[in-house]
Amino acid sequence: MNEPVLSIRDLSISFKTSNGTVNAIRGVDLDLNKGETLAIVGESGSGKSVTVKAIMGILSGNQEIRSGTIQFRYNRDGEEVHQDLLQLSKKDMRRRINGKRIAMVFQDPMTSLNPTMAVGKQIMEGLIIHLKMSRPEAHERALELLRLVGIADPEKRMKSYPHQLSGGMRQRVVIAIMLACNPEVLICDEPTTALDVTVQAKILELIKNIQAKMQLSVIYITHDLGVVAKVADSVAVMYAGKIVERGTVNEIFYDPRHPYTCGLLSSMPDIVTETEKLYSIPGSPPNLLHEVKGDAFAPRNRYALNIDFQEEPPMFQISDTHYAATWLLHEQAPSMEMAASLKARIETARKEAGEWTESDSWR
Amino acid sequence: MDRKRLLEVTELKQHFRVSKRYTVKAVNGVSFVIHEGETYGLVGESGSGKSTIGRSIIRLYQPTSGRVTFEGVEISGPLRGKEQALLRTKMQMIFQDPMASLNPRKKVIDLIAQGLDIHKLYKSKEERREKVYRILDKVGLSREHADRYAHQFSGGQRQRIGIARALIMEPKLIIADEAISALDVSIQAQVVNLMKDIQEETNTAFLFIAHDLSMVKYISDRIGVLHLGYLVETGTTKDIFENPVHPYTKSLLSAIPLANPIQEKKRVAVPYDYATSGIDYALGREQSLSNTHKVLATDEELASWT
Repeated sequence: MNEPVLSIRDLSISFKTSNGTVNAIRGVDLDLNKGETLAIVGESGSGKSVTVKAIMGILSGNQEIRSGTIQFRYNRDGEEVHQDLLQLSKKDMRRRINGKRIAMVFQDPMTSLNPTMAVGKQIMEGLIIHLKMSRPEAHERALELLRLVGIADPEKRMKSYPHQLSGGMRQRVVIAIMLACNPEVLICDEPTTALDVTVQAKILELIKNIQAKMQLSVIYITHDLGVVAKVADSVAVMYAGKIVERGTVNEIFYDPRHPYTCGLLSSMPDIVTETEKLYSIPGSPPNLLHEVKGDAFAPRNRYALNIDFQEEPPMFQISDTHYAATWLLHEQAPSMEMAASLKARIETARKEAGEWTESDSWR
Repeated sequence: MDRKRLLEVTELKQHFRVSKRYTVKAVNGVSFVIHEGETYGLVGESGSGKSTIGRSIIRLYQPTSGRVTFEGVEISGPLRGKEQALLRTKMQMIFQDPMASLNPRKKVIDLIAQGLDIHKLYKSKEERREKVYRILDKVGLSREHADRYAHQFSGGQRQRIGIARALIMEPKLIIADEAISALDVSIQAQVVNLMKDIQEETNTAFLFIAHDLSMVKYISDRIGVLHLGYLVETGTTKDIFENPVHPYTKSLLSAIPLANPIQEKKRVAVPYDYATSGIDYALGREQSLSNTHKVLATDEELASWT
């Protein structure tokens, strides 16, 4: 059965700041299935990074978990283990989960690599500590990993220091380190934001290939919808600490229901269709220092109903996999007319997707 | 095209001597023209020299060789009073990270009026305040914001302050160096729309430096593609996107992710590796494909690409 590897239920996290308590995550439910790629999208401050930091147990000191569970299911020597990650101590997380079962790739490879250590040594470190390999074994495995992530001449590169490598190469090394212990889950927090488009494409393709080879489950955090379209199987859209819409990637891109998702899609510049004016979502995200009444997106929503300002919308089910939290989906709500430009764009996208064949190159 | 040429860059070279033996050749003979009121987009990967070009033009660097003229005045040589005054008022720059370019200890009104203060462009305090208010309205900030500090604003608002600082000098040309790269998608759209509105209203030209091709396509009239300090291809936005000739341009275009999952999943980026491509940029010369569309190539290369 396709039971989820990770399932988050009702996760709430708040920060203590000098100005008061910020409710950064307000009840998040999320499932990650085996071998699946899940993308979490949203603006900065929407809580996407905090969510995955909670999974890794690397929240900072002023962050407090108010409620929720993170169930992690993994295979330990043939037996299946269920574990609530929030119940583990930081020490146990380090020893048993981080790096070994769940690995994370950060945005800037330069800050996650040790500048005073040759990259080969950094790859071997995890192998020696977590898998208790001997040095020669670890060395062999490190070479293999470097080859896997597409680094030419791995023997020579083992002795290089991070500053001697280009940005793309560094990110490849980071990925090699993450894959060293055969983790079940790989979390990529904006893995390509600091890289050029051409390098980005290569890294994304690399992660995809490795994922297929190793049956990894991957969580991507990004605000680039183009990246999402390229890599994701399913998508969760976050806004102000809540998931406002989730579904398969096709449902989100071809049939968005939440006005925020629609806004995000419309504000993305499109290189296929000709548009005069780029759509932008008016206003800015709410300050989570104050309690949010009703739908957090309502003040920026053109179609907001009265109830949006009073009561929080529940998750409405659209299909087996597609959910959205907006009162507009209530049976008594007036029907929402999607913006004409977005409609046209989705229309062309659908058409192209249908007619697109392998032989068609970039036009 | 009979529009007036505002900025003319001819064979601009910018080399940085790192040590006796080693010189970084960041820009190698780049020529382009920006007309009044148009937006010229410069794209390329990091290290291609796109930011260096912007900085050389506004004279944060001393160009190694080449000629830059702005409104008919040469600004690449020694700057005397007249050139200095022209360059520092009529050409302005917006930087990538708004927080890093705003003094955290100054109020917004003083940040925005800094250019006016330096060039003494007002007669009274009231006039100064009035001018700042007008600009704040223009960039979509409210007048109460004038007495706050930069850290009290969100990223998008800070970039608006950056734009306001540039606009108050009533420039003819604004160099936007990755001005929206650090912002969120939805905020990017707001800032780009603002730049477009301003351009319509004031007829200011933009040199828009970015690595995000989809945004560049949206805002630019003409585009130049840079690689390793060479301008490999330049043309109208249509030329570049519908009829790319240089293999690097093609590779760059193929790497842009599209918001279309089914199509995107099947697409593989066209690889381009300068070292193994056998192309030597230094040998190429500028070849005209049409009035507007130019590509850097030798005769043989051009024949094989088209």
